[in-house]
Order: sequence, then C-alpha cells, then structure tokens
Amino acid sequence: MTDRTLMWRISGGSGDGIDSTSQNFAKALMRSGLNVFTHRHYPSRIRGGHTYVEVRAADEPVRSRGDGFNFLLALGDSFARNPDDEAYYGKEELKPLYEHFDDLNEGGVIVYDEGLLDEADVTETDLQAEADENGWHVYPMDLRGIAREHGREVMRNTAGVGATAAMLDIDTGYFEELIRDAMSEEVAEANVETLDAGYEAAQEFEFTHDLRVPEGSHDTEQALMGGSAAIAYGALDAGCRFISGYPMTPWTDAFTIMSQNLPQFGGISEQVEDEIAAASLAIGASHAGVKAMSGSSGGGFALMSEPLGLAEMTETPVVLLEAMRAGPSTGMPTKPEQADLEHVLYTSQGDSCRVVFAPANVREAYEQTRKAFELAYDYHLPAIVLYDQKLGGEMRSVPAEFFDREPDPDPGAVLTEDEIAEAAHDNSGKYKRYAFEGENGVNPRSIPGQEGGRFLATGNESQEVGHITEDPNHRTMQMNRRLEKLDHIREELDDRERSHQTYHGPADAEHGILVWGSQQDTVFEAVDRLNARGTEVKALGVSDLMPFPELEVTAFLDSVEECLVVEMNASAQFRGLVQKELGRFGPRMTSLLKYDGESFEPGEIVEGFESSIERSQPPAGNMRIVPASGD
Amino acid sequence: MTAFSAIHDERESDKDDFTPGVEPQPTWCPGCGDFAVLKALKGAMPELGRSPEEVLLVTGIGCSGKLSSYFESYGYHAIHGRALPVARASKLANPGLEVVAAGGDGDGYGIGGNHFMHTARENHDMTYIVFNNEIFGLTKGQTSPTSPKGHKSKTQPSGSAKDPVRPLTLSLASGASYVARTAATNPRQAQQILAEAIEHDGFAHIDFLTQCPTWNKDAKEYVPYTDVQQSDEFEFDVEDRREAADMMYEAETKLYEGEVLTGRFYVDSDRPSYGEEKRATGEMPEEPVAERYFAEDAEWERTADQLVERHK
Ligand SMILES: Cc1ncc(C[n+]2csc(CCOP(=O)(O)OP(=O)(O)O)c2C)c(N)n1
Ligand code: SF4
Ligand SMILES: [Mg+2]
Repeated sequence: MTDRTLMWRISGGSGDGIDSTSQNFAKALMRSGLNVFTHRHYPSRIRGGHTYVEVRAADEPVRSRGDGFNFLLALGDSFARNPDDEAYYGKEELKPLYEHFDDLNEGGVIVYDEGLLDEADVTETDLQAEADENGWHVYPMDLRGIAREHGREVMRNTAGVGATAAMLDIDTGYFEELIRDAMSEEVAEANVETLDAGYEAAQEFEFTHDLRVPEGSHDTEQALMGGSAAIAYGALDAGCRFISGYPMTPWTDAFTIMSQNLPQFGGISEQVEDEIAAASLAIGASHAGVKAMSGSSGGGFALMSEPLGLAEMTETPVVLLEAMRAGPSTGMPTKPEQADLEHVLYTSQGDSCRVVFAPANVREAYEQTRKAFELAYDYHLPAIVLYDQKLGGEMRSVPAEFFDREPDPDPGAVLTEDEIAEAAHDNSGKYKRYAFEGENGVNPRSIPGQEGGRFLATGNESQEVGHITEDPNHRTMQMNRRLEKLDHIREELDDRERSHQTYHGPADAEHGILVWGSQQDTVFEAVDRLNARGTEVKALGVSDLMPFPELEVTAFLDSVEECLVVEMNASAQFRGLVQKELGRFGPRMTSLLKYDGESFEPGEIVEGFESSIERSQPPAGNMRIVPASGD
Repeated sequence: MTAFSAIHDERESDKDDFTPGVEPQPTWCPGCGDFAVLKALKGAMPELGRSPEEVLLVTGIGCSGKLSSYFESYGYHAIHGRALPVARASKLANPGLEVVAAGGDGDGYGIGGNHFMHTARENHDMTYIVFNNEIFGLTKGQTSPTSPKGHKSKTQPSGSAKDPVRPLTLSLASGASYVARTAATNPRQAQQILAEAIEHDGFAHIDFLTQCPTWNKDAKEYVPYTDVQQSDEFEFDVEDRREAADMMYEAETKLYEGEVLTGRFYVDSDRPSYGEEKRATGEMPEEPVAERYFAEDAEWERTADQLVERHK
C-alpha cells in the first residue's frame, strides 16, 4: 500500500444504491486512468441491514483490498428496520457510520449524511473523540437535503459522490458521462444536478485533509469486470448454450448473468425445481449434444452429488460451478469461505473422476471456465469451477483486449455421422461408445439422433455398448480407462504455455506461502510487503486442484525450508490435499486459517506469517495457526 | 443439412428394429408385467413411423429402469428418480428427438415426485411411462407410494398406515396434458395408448399397471379390467378437467377395491408444449441448439462483441 492509493468506502442500507454507486465510482476512476479493485460486503437481507463497498484505486496495479481504508462516505441506513436505541442489534440507522471506525486509517476522511443521521445520535457514537484520536477529517453534509432539492431523495448517493469528487479533486465529467449513458434524459438531468450540487456544497468546507486521488493513465482501454461475469463470459465464449439452476447465494450472480444473455446468444436457460434437477438437466442437454452447465453454492451443490457421479460414470461432459459460502448448513449465506474443497473434490459415491479448478481472479475465472469446458468435452467428465463470494463479487479493471478472443464451439470428442459409419459397432449395430480402450481413455461420443450411433449410457458399470456388467475384468478395465483420463489431463495442463499456478516473489527465498483460489492475490500483496521490509518470502498460488499440479507444488515445497499454507477454513483442507497428493512435506507446512466470514487482508497475512515464522505471539483477530505435523 | 439424419427419417421400421440384436436376456421374473411395457413400446414406435435412432429412452432405477437395456434405441439409464430432468433437457437441446422417460412407481411418484410435478406442470413434449406395480420391485418388495393402505411388507410389518398416492389426480393437478392408465394384461389398449401418448404434443403420462408376481403378494393380475372409453357405465368428457378429475378419483379408489379402470382420463390437445411456450417468449431458438455444434457455417457470438462494451 502506498499513499498513492485511494481506498474509498461507501456504506448505507442495502437498498440505498450502494452497489451501483460504487460501480460507477470505480468505473469513473478507471476511465480517468487508474487501476481499480472493488470489495463488496453483503448482509443477508434485501432491504435494510447495513452494507458497504470499498473501491481501491491507484496508478499502480491493484490486486486486492488494502488494509483498512482512507475515505468513508457514510450514507446512513435509510431502510433501517429498527431505528430505536433499544433495538436488539443496536441502532441500525447509524451503523453505516460507526461500524467503520475500526478500519478507518489514521488521517482518513469521513463524509456523513447529516440529513439522515441526527447530530445528537452521531455525538453519542463518540465520533469527535475518535476523530481527534485518529486524526480523521470529518465533514457532515446534508446529502439528503441536497438530493431533495435538486433531484429526489434516493439520489443521496449521487450527492455524496459529488462531495467526494470535490474533496479528492476528481473531475466530475467522468461521473456525468456514466450517468448520462445509463439513464433516461430526465433522470440523468436530475442526477447530474445533484452531483454538481454535492460538489459545490463540499467546496464550502475548508479542507483539512491531504488525501487526493492519484493521477494515472492506461495504455489500453480497460473493462471493469467482476468474477461472476468473467465466469459467465468464459462459459459463453466456450460455446456453452444451456444452463439450468436454482437460485442460491452467491452462485445466483453467475446464473443470472447467463440467463440474461443466453437468449441473444441462441441458448437456453432453465430455472428448475431443485439442484438435483438442475444438474440432471445439464447432463441431459449435454447428452443430446449441447455444451451445458449448472452450478450452485454449498447446500445446492450437495444435492448435485448423485448426478455428478452419474456424469462421471456415463462419461457425460458437464461444467458445474460451486460458489462457496461459509458453512456448515445454511451457515453465513453471504460470507466467503473455502471450506467446500473436500466436498467438491470427493462428493458422490465411488472414486471420483473430475476436474476441479479454483481461479485466483477475474482473468483466471474467464480462462479456467473456458478450459473447464474444453476438458469436460474432450475427456467426457464433469469439470467444476470452485470459487466464492470474494471472487464472484469483486471487480477489477482489466484490459478490455484480454477478452478479445475467438469463441470455442468445438463439441469435443464427438463423432459425425460419417465417422460413426467407420467406427466399431457390436453385432447388433450398437456403437461401442464405451470401448475398453480409447485414446487417452476417451471414446468419442455419438449423439442421439445420429444415424448409426445408438448406445446405452448407464450409471451402472457397463460393457462396450453400454450393457450392464458386473464382470470383474470388465469392471477393472472400465475403471482404469476412466481414471486414466485424469493423467492425460494433467499432462495437457503441464504442457501449457502458461500454467494457472502463479509464482510470486524472489525465487531463492527460503520461506514460502502456499495459497489457493480467491485468496491468492491478497497473499501476493502481502509477499510484496514482506520483501519490501526485508523478509525474503515467495508464494505459490494454486488454481488447478484436480488433477493436482504435483510437479509444480513439489518443486515449490522442495525449494523452501518452511511454508505457510493460507486458506479460509478451519480444518486446513488444502494442506491435507497437498499431503495426500504428495505424500510428504507434512513437517514443512504450517497453516494460517481464518473462517470468520471475512477474507484475509494483506496485513493479516503479513502478521500471520511473522507470528508463524518467528513463533512470536499468536496472530490477532480471528486467525489461527495450526503448526506443521511433527512440529 | 442436419447432423442428425435419423430424425424424421421416412424409412419404415418394424418391431424387430427395436429389439436388440445381441439380446441381453431380460432379467425380469417370469410373469412380470414389465414385459408388457416393452412389447407395447416396440409395437407403438413402428406404428408411428419412428426409427430407433431418433428415439431417446431415459429410464430411472428399478426393475422398470431396465427397460432401456431391452429396447433398441439411444438410451440413458439414469439414477433413481431422475429420469425426467435428464429427459426433458435432452428434448430442449434437440426437439427433433422422440423422448420417452420411464421408471417405477417408487422412482416417479416417490423419490422423483418433485420432478414429476414440475415436468407435468411445464408440459414438456414427451412421454412418461410409470410402471406401477404398487411395490418396490428391485429392492425386494418394500411398500411403495402406491401400495394400498394396510399393505404389509418387511419395512411395514404391521401394514402401511399411509393412504396411497393418487397418480392420475396428481398428474392432472400438476398440469399434464395427457393422462392415461393401462395395464399389462391389456396389450392392445396399452399399445394404442402409448402410440397416442407419443403422438401427443405435450407431457403425456401413462400410469401402466404392471403386476409384480414376485413381491406383491396380493399379486393382482389387474384383471378383469374395464376400459372407461368402451364401457357404457362411464360417461365423462375426457377434455373436461372436472369430469376427468372425478373419473380419476373413481378409478384410483376402485383399484384398491379390486376393480381395474383403464383408458384415457384427460386429454388437452390445445395446450402448447413447453418448447412452444419458451420459443414464444424468445428464450429458446427456433433451430435445435444441438445442430449448431455441427453446422460448419454457424456463426458464434462473442462476449467481446456483445457484452464487454458495457464494462468499459
Ligand atoms: C438414491 C437411491 N435410493 C435408493 C436406491 C435403491 N433403490 C433402487 S430401485 C428402488 C425402488 C424401486 O421401486 P420402483 O421405483 O417402484 O421400481 P420397480 O423396481 O418396482 O420397477 C430403490 C429404493 C437407489 N438406487 N438410489
Ligand atoms: S421383482 Fe417384480 S417387478 Fe421386478 S422383475 Fe420380478 S416380477 Fe418384475
Ligand atoms: Mg415399483
């Protein structure tokens, strides 16, 4: 983190337009030439319940949220259910203000809507005392009044953005452009007026803060992309034209984006009765020749367990998403966690035979979703993209040209009718869809409706054309053939030009950090800070989970003396996977765990690293260190 | 050019085309009613001019689920209770396919009951045959959702305390647009009804009474049966929901009193199928999605052209 970083937080009730306002704010800064990253905090309610979004912007690349933040725009919760002092959860209206005191950095700026928040109430929060102590600069503004006068009350957020622009010296032109692009002329006019009024009202203050927005520029045009959208776009560009699902937070975002866009992409979206149906429909569509997907979050994914195994056994390609949230059971629906790793790797009866990817960020989300389709359809197995609320909900500026790629409609290992005519059949004319030997374990599929291709797909163990068998030799041959596919997939992935395992930090460092999925970029930022202060450390971020990237992880662990394994769960599941897959390195790996529903911040990883390596006092907050085995 | 030339192929076929050449001997017990379903289906398909490779037969798990092993066509033998969601998506992916789903009473009215309700409600253009033997056959004779009240089995040793499901009524209430009951003992009617069901544009549900002499010890042979269309005793308009509902109620009740009423119970030829409804909303393309992957000149949309712009 440098002082050239703006970390702007907007807080209010969910329903106060926090999401759209922050998105526009981030986009405006992106267009002004900065790199941006947004972090979104959700409560599990639709209206009321306080929420915030943080926008980090800098002239250098930003890949994670920072530690704390330095500008608070507190709108107050206009949907507060219970504005009473006596309320069980405390005075809700005020929460968007005082609940942020802990994280606001020294010298930070606070703008709050005194039109909504009573001065007497605010005084009760000890704002002044805290501000004095931390050197905060507080500017109470009647945002509600401004919005009412120039537009409508709901435009409080726009007034706040205007005020922010004045205080940080941002050209309001960027905001105006975005407003005019998105709204009807009349509404846009009112918003622009409110924006300007907020800007002017803020100018009345004599600014005591130093914080200003940095200046930056981009070589190429940027796109502000979220993880869920990147996954959906990866699927669409992979030629996916069928999705079936049942809503569940946080997977609903990707499902929604697919459903909104599939019709104009010539595809079909189905919201169905439950997740067992959802997975089964995707399998049915795929069996009939369409590239198909489904997905859910933990609980819904649990319901998909049996169809998932059916896809493995019938060798029906399918892509599934699993957007993890804090479990067990309903857990904390809107909070991220990485505790479904083992669930996703092993769920469903029998030996599992699937691909599992856990992208680090927006770019990998897009690329690995495409790759998931490619592998699923080339090798006839389920491929799962495992992510969480953090990746799904965060947005980043990415060069738009990154997405400028050709679509991949290739249906994979499929025969045409001409090829079927040449292929091996049994005496009755059934196609040997499950021949005991196939290239890399794969027999290309025929698709229902094709002349000469009939066969039986079955969840039972089967012979070559699909007839059920319990013959020990047949069984062994078929198991071996199916599982062999994973070896070939691993080889294919290892041979790629660019692996999705990411190395970060000086190659000769003796201390390492292993991390997987959405926490990778946060760790890389921590690694930069540790190295900057003289602690040599490097990290390996793992995004391929199954088949496991054995060579890369082995080489990394071989090259360090000690390794911290960072993950968001309580039972060190990834460390367990590494030990299971590699059969060694147990004594070398210490875990840094967190499962309180909040993603790691870079500073926490720095602290966790120090306390594990230096064996100093345990880390603060809700982090936990689990020593290496035999340690 | 189609990549699926078996579909709408005009060639004539006969019963034998639907019989596997290298025959896996049906493992059904002698006297099992399931044979009758196989026979009726083999008879109905050529009658309608279908050829094996335009048919996708999706089955559940149970003795009944074995149907796809003994019937020559494309087959998908799914998991217990999940034939319908697999089948209906295949139909959406390639509407040219003749999709038939089949399974037991446990499969369809028990574990898969939710899918039954919703597939009927959506009126997918497909045929669903439920082998109703009032028992769990494959798992050796436990009480099923259609077993009569008081039915004794190893898992209900003192007799079932539950009233059975009313499958026809359930089907009607859920939204099926063709509902019939036939019986293994009535092969002519069975084949006719299957043929009608397959021809019907919408969700056609057939409750097929299939005796299980092995486990259903009260083994009914479902004789004598009465065809409600043929008999003078029953006057009702098969296109009228209320009259149909009354007739169904009576047939369901009578079954447990030893009187087997079969025939068509409800037919609605006007209701558009789900595919038609979905195309009408613009959420399903006119051309089968499955064809596109094989069409060399197909143009594929790019997110870079259509979606990334709004992120800039
Ligand atoms: C999820 C699941 N639960 C239980 C079973 C075991 N099982 C197989 S078939 C069956 C019931 C069969 O009864 P029915 O569906 O009426 O078919 P029938 O054998 O009578 O034709 C059961 C319980 C299973 N295969 N899968
Ligand atoms: S157990 Fe019953 S249903 Fe199963 S094959 Fe034998 S007779 Fe038929
Ligand atoms: Mg049964």
